[in-house]
Amino acid sequence: MSKILEINNLFKSYGPVEILKDINVSIDQGDFLVLVGPSGCGKSTLLNCIAGLEPITSGNLSIGGQDMTTVSPKDRDIAMVFQSYALYPTMTVAKNITFGMKVRGVDQATQDEKLAYVAQQLQIEPLLKRKPGQLSGGQRQRVAMGRALVRDPKLFLFDEPLSNLDAKLRVEMRTELKALHQRLGASMVYVTHDQIEAMTLATKIVVMKGGIIQQIGTPAEIYNRPANLFVADFMGSPAMNLIPAKAVKNGIGTAIQIERNGNTPIVLSDTKNLDLPEDVILGVRPEDISDASLRANNETQEADCVIEIVEPAGADTFAVMELGGKHVTARLHSETSAKAGETQRLAFDLGKVSYFAPDTGKRLN
Amino acid sequence: MADYSMHTVRNNNPIGKIALRWGLYVMLGIFAVFYLMPFFVMLTTSLKSLDEIRTGDLISLPREVTLDAWRTAWSGACTGIQCEGMRPYFWNSMLIAIPGVAISTLLGALNGYVVSQWKFRGANIIFSLMLFGCFIPFQVVLLPMARVLGMMGIAGTIPGLIFVHVIYGLGFTTLFFRNYYVSIPSELTKAAKVDGAGFFRIFWSIFLPLSIPIIVVTVIWQFTQIWNDFLFGVSFSQAGTQPVTVALNNIVNSTTGVKEYNVDMAAAIIAALPTLLVYVVAGKYFVRGLTAGSVKG
Amino acid sequence: MFKWLEENTPKLVLAPSFIAVMVFVYGFIAWTAWVSLTRSRLLPKYEIDGFIQYDRLFASPRWDTAFGNLFIFGILFIVIAMILGLLLAILLDQNIRTEGALRTIYLYPMALSMIVTGTAWKWILNPGLGLEATVRGWGFENFTFDWLVNPDMAIYTIVIAAIWQSSGFVMALFLAGLRSVDGEIIKAAQVDGIPTWRVYTAIIIPSMAPIFLSAFIVLSHLAIKSFDLVIALTGGGPGYATDLPATYMYAMAFSRGDIGQAASSAMIMMMVVFTIVVPYLYSELRSKDG
Repeated sequence: MSKILEINNLFKSYGPVEILKDINVSIDQGDFLVLVGPSGCGKSTLLNCIAGLEPITSGNLSIGGQDMTTVSPKDRDIAMVFQSYALYPTMTVAKNITFGMKVRGVDQATQDEKLAYVAQQLQIEPLLKRKPGQLSGGQRQRVAMGRALVRDPKLFLFDEPLSNLDAKLRVEMRTELKALHQRLGASMVYVTHDQIEAMTLATKIVVMKGGIIQQIGTPAEIYNRPANLFVADFMGSPAMNLIPAKAVKNGIGTAIQIERNGNTPIVLSDTKNLDLPEDVILGVRPEDISDASLRANNETQEADCVIEIVEPAGADTFAVMELGGKHVTARLHSETSAKAGETQRLAFDLGKVSYFAPDTGKRLN
Repeated sequence: MADYSMHTVRNNNPIGKIALRWGLYVMLGIFAVFYLMPFFVMLTTSLKSLDEIRTGDLISLPREVTLDAWRTAWSGACTGIQCEGMRPYFWNSMLIAIPGVAISTLLGALNGYVVSQWKFRGANIIFSLMLFGCFIPFQVVLLPMARVLGMMGIAGTIPGLIFVHVIYGLGFTTLFFRNYYVSIPSELTKAAKVDGAGFFRIFWSIFLPLSIPIIVVTVIWQFTQIWNDFLFGVSFSQAGTQPVTVALNNIVNSTTGVKEYNVDMAAAIIAALPTLLVYVVAGKYFVRGLTAGSVKG
Repeated sequence: MFKWLEENTPKLVLAPSFIAVMVFVYGFIAWTAWVSLTRSRLLPKYEIDGFIQYDRLFASPRWDTAFGNLFIFGILFIVIAMILGLLLAILLDQNIRTEGALRTIYLYPMALSMIVTGTAWKWILNPGLGLEATVRGWGFENFTFDWLVNPDMAIYTIVIAAIWQSSGFVMALFLAGLRSVDGEIIKAAQVDGIPTWRVYTAIIIPSMAPIFLSAFIVLSHLAIKSFDLVIALTGGGPGYATDLPATYMYAMAFSRGDIGQAASSAMIMMMVVFTIVVPYLYSELRSKDG
């Protein structure tokens, strides 16, 4: 079965400025692809290229197995939901949803049928006669989705659709979106700058920076095995701790030595078979640093650390310490005995860590 | 500045506060008189007989109201050789203004739509060039336009004047619509494109229905400009095709016969009525048109 | 073929207007500039003869008067209209009950043609039967107000009529500007105990600098174009005392049959507008794009 979306060697420039560089990505039917990255990384531009709203400078793009590189948006069998929903302000909700069908000359009976189906799916039946100006943010969102749904396209495109909602509503709509995806089995491409949205919604994530793909993978892959320093830092909240260290091979494996200001360095021994240069950056997530008394498995290494700040946050308590000249956060149990200014014995789960080269930022393990 | 001004004056000087307030209203009243006085004078003079005018007082009410001056102004006053009053010229102005307004507004809307929603290389330069055209003193195009109108065979005709007003109104109408459309997010056009709509479909179904406020502003502005114009009227019309402003000037400045001041005033009011009426009815849109683009948001 | 049409529709729609502007604005300016460098009289000649028309122009006493009048009229008109407009705006901003009605009254003259305005004021300032006669009738036997027919004072009648017509517009601009000042800044000043008048002079008026600029641009534009008002009010007289460049140009073009002079005077008008408007437009467009 051919890929539902396939992009090969896509480059895009505005005049002399290269916005997208050598993009290669593909997804299968039913995938939920999320393009995530900081502002200006090119994710929205890439989405517009997929939609056909922006021309490609070089490379090719196919949807549903057919080459769509130069095809106009209306012939690509896609539907799009915009950040500002872009509902037609002078038309009722019903007319908003059926406008596309009207333009295509679909007969009235089919229009009514599809409208009724979609309205019922999204629970917007009572809103059909209202105008967008009379709807709340969440309702407008649903209408925008209705307009996309009614097209029954090969590919759904979403451009930061939840960014304009308040936090609580955003979480609700996220769940609804995921439920919709599962129910319909539709193929979706979704753009966001919020990495939590990316992690919760995606079946496949593309992390972008400066127009270049940093990593493509499942949420688990991105989270546990980030391909470089940027991905490691960008994805996951609170961010992964990135600690400069020295790696020295010893008899049993590699000794990871971390300097400390005004204190002796701590040494963690990684028994895995690694080939590390002398200078590395150790990447360890806060949840992989815990109270020594609570966690014990084969891979943990313990060390005494001087705690600088303790931040109770309900179910967890975050403890900040200085290691290798950086502020390192550990996620401890809420009932931890750690106190600011005191030393606490912590366990580092070396089975979950990542090593990066300081100069290239690339992953080493 | 609503609740601010007078509340900071302490209550231990209530008389001062009231005096200040009174002073304010008196000043405003004096200015109101200043602005109203000319129109009042025009009206009263137009209702007086010539005898009364010669003996009387500029600002007195007519002792005896007579509509003779109005009758003459409308159908008998002399604008040169002809003595048909303002009536034929009033219709000339209508014939010039209505098509002129319609065409320049429609073109301005399409142009503004293109420049703001369908950006292409050079669109902004084109817009800037058109914008600058709004500011030129028209004296600099009078001579060549006179020749070109002659070459096109429409010199001294109503269509000729319509043509001139449309050409030189395009800059402003495009400006109005472009400023209005620029604040409409481009995502709306994108959504419509994805829905399958093309250039004209999007304009007709989505942008035009949105444009009622700016259409009103533009129509009022253009109507006022075209109706009140004198320079193009006097340069490009002939005896039968003159607009009402030229006719008024001819009546007032005619050197033959006795000066009939009451007729002059009546004729002036006739010339002023349409735009004045528009102003009274739709004044706030008129102001919006005047301040559109002038006030930085 | 159809695809090309579809892709280029926006350009095709804009094209006629663009071409029209290029021909009828820029093309015409070029033509006028060309003719201003020739010896054209009744009919245009096209051999360039240098700047003789401009020499003749600057040597003409009538042009001297006209150009000088432009500055007298222009400066007085702009300054007084701005002051008056600002004053009215500040007064109206004081939470007046009849604000709407007053605004309508102050602004209606803008809806009138300048011919109408000129006609009305010509009557009001009529020496024998107008204001002068009325005030004399009140007992002030020696009151004279013959500015209209006095060569030295006639230009000021035009100033008065123009201010009457346009100050309402300035008021509307300033009123909108006054109201767009951030209310929180004013509240902060209130809390600081600053008196009302000081709030105006130190905070509000300075923050309206762009609006002063807009008003200046529009008023100077009106001043330079002033043609209708002069024709109706004084006809350029007495003699040539109230001539302005616009009336000079018209006379040269259509009465005197001296196209060379008409073209050169028009070009001078063009350049005056140019030096005022171009810097403004440039800065406006720079800030609106981006």
